[in-house]
Amino acid sequence: MAAPSVLMGAVAYDPKVVTIWEGFRGWLRDHGLDFDFVLYSHYERQVEDLVAGRIDAAWNSPLAWLRAERLATARGGSVQALTMRDTDRDLTSVVVVRADSPVHRVEDLPGRVVATGAVDSPQATLIPLGHLAAAGVRVDVRRFDVGVGLHGDHVGGERDAARALAAGEVDAACMIDANHLMFVQEGTLPSEGTRIVAQTGRYDHCNMTVREPASDGVQLFGTLLRGMSYADPQVRPLLDLEGLTAWQDGRTTGYDALAEAVDASGFYAADGRVTAADYRP
Amino acid sequence: MTADVEIDLGGLGFGSGAHLLVQRALAGLPPGARVAVSGTDAALGVHLPAWCRNRGHRVEWPDPADRSRLVAVVVRGAADDDRWFGAERAGPALPSALSSRPPPRWGLGARGALLEAGGPEARFDLDDRDLVWADIAPALYAQAAARQWDPQTAVPWDDTFALPPDVEAAVVQIMTYLVENEQAALVVPARFIGRIHPHFREVMQFLAVQVADEARHMEVFSRRALLRGAELGTSSAGGRQSLFTLVAESDFALASFLLSVLGEGSFVDLLGFLVRHAPDPVTRRICWLAMQDERRHVVFGMAHLEHQATVDPLLRDRLRAAIHRRHDALADTAGLNADVFDALVVLAAGGWDPDDVAAGFDHVRALQQAMDQGRQRRLVRLGFRPDEAAALSALHTRNFM
Repeated sequence: MAAPSVLMGAVAYDPKVVTIWEGFRGWLRDHGLDFDFVLYSHYERQVEDLVAGRIDAAWNSPLAWLRAERLATARGGSVQALTMRDTDRDLTSVVVVRADSPVHRVEDLPGRVVATGAVDSPQATLIPLGHLAAAGVRVDVRRFDVGVGLHGDHVGGERDAARALAAGEVDAACMIDANHLMFVQEGTLPSEGTRIVAQTGRYDHCNMTVREPASDGVQLFGTLLRGMSYADPQVRPLLDLEGLTAWQDGRTTGYDALAEAVDASGFYAADGRVTAADYRP
Repeated sequence: MTADVEIDLGGLGFGSGAHLLVQRALAGLPPGARVAVSGTDAALGVHLPAWCRNRGHRVEWPDPADRSRLVAVVVRGAADDDRWFGAERAGPALPSALSSRPPPRWGLGARGALLEAGGPEARFDLDDRDLVWADIAPALYAQAAARQWDPQTAVPWDDTFALPPDVEAAVVQIMTYLVENEQAALVVPARFIGRIHPHFREVMQFLAVQVADEARHMEVFSRRALLRGAELGTSSAGGRQSLFTLVAESDFALASFLLSVLGEGSFVDLLGFLVRHAPDPVTRRICWLAMQDERRHVVFGMAHLEHQATVDPLLRDRLRAAIHRRHDALADTAGLNADVFDALVVLAAGGWDPDDVAAGFDHVRALQQAMDQGRQRRLVRLGFRPDEAAALSALHTRNFM
């Protein structure tokens, strides 16, 4: 009998993606799963291929998860979140100003120039702008479109937004909490030079989206991922590269804020079509 | 909220090192233990959970009604412990009980360090203690490091001596020969340093200083050659062929045997000869300085071969074969550059009177005999019978090195 198999899609947002999934591929195959992966240059085609049945699993951004869900539902099917990283849970984004800024509260932001990441970045554009809009705050957005189609996986747009803030070119900048910490520690933002004026609610990030959760291959895939131990020297460097210490069960309760932002901004239609006007991955 | 440990970061934020205090509080606690973190940095509520997330710790939030400085309770995760699961020490830190065959996985880890499992298998093919180690290596390295001299200040370059042109030319010829030989003496250990397992780091360190010694020797001999003129002397094809056979030897034991025991051993005698017969203070000084270094190189070469000879009864067969092989390879070459031999006679003669030249010639003959005697003594120390040591010494290259 043939070994259970899974063909997974991943987006090549960085050369390390090859190292990570080549490494995981070897480990998964050693553990009895006929696993292979294909790389995409952006998330939209990956999601379309998942829903069309060309791949069994997609290592999806939160935005890609939402679109996969919508596309599948529109076709009368469904997708599930099999697993996610421990580091995908309970993230927040922040809106940051310079320490000497006259902006002290969200209410001071209307009419100000706010820098964001790329048009499709959940953490540095869609969710924080959705947060401001929900508070009734209208701002002038200056977007830093680096790596469009990568759904914000490329940190370049966020870093450019932070640099623009430090340089005084914008009044505020949006970024994920961990990147604010990184920018302060690496010196992109001066350590005492910024103030956080808004923080979004907690949301979840990537998940391993699958079409047929009951198939032998997907079942084994989930079991093996959850069984990867940080104490295993073979996978630990890969886990470090991928930014997790453990794979956990997928959950879909942390995507509401993004879904609201997607609807409010008209990024995707309810049936999963791409409707954002200036989005060309 | 209950906690096992409480810490107050004061005004310290994660942009200024707050993680060190949190890490310190978590250290030694079991997974699941709880550390209550208080502080006043405005970004703490954002940065603390972001930091914890990346390290596999969980956070629990205080009651919104809590008016204390408590920011969150960190629940220790297992990742810090998991990272060191299966870690091992890369042998003992001190060189007193070295591993006889350190594994490739210890590779570039510091000897004695706690090595995280995983990492590369670094292949160092000279990984046999009996092959590379000598107990005297740490002490010899320390001595070598302490006795490094500065070519600029250790030599009286500004001395105003002036030599007759033919004597100066003899000095330049000898310096040219010395530079060539030191060059080969630099290349030989340099080629082995990168092949020795770093577990035997004192040997690497010693050889690294040996390479640095030769670099200085090349500098001072070149500088003396050009001190009064702008041209070097001649370089014979046979001399270079002799050095080439030395550099081409890829076996560590055989290369140290040919270089240190036979070559540098003979060179110590040659440099002593030059100290005695140098016509100027600069030449005398640089030959004396180089001689001190070369003695040390001979001591190390002898020490590790003597040890190896006690554990490997076949070593002497290989050494014997190496001498024969090199002799055969050089059989059709002239050996020592005739210009060098003549220059040695000129220096030892100290004048052009026929009696002076005859005396100079005798001195060089005596030098060659002393070199031969020295080689025989060292061969006997390595376990060769005296008659065989005499025969083998006679086969050594006529180029001295």
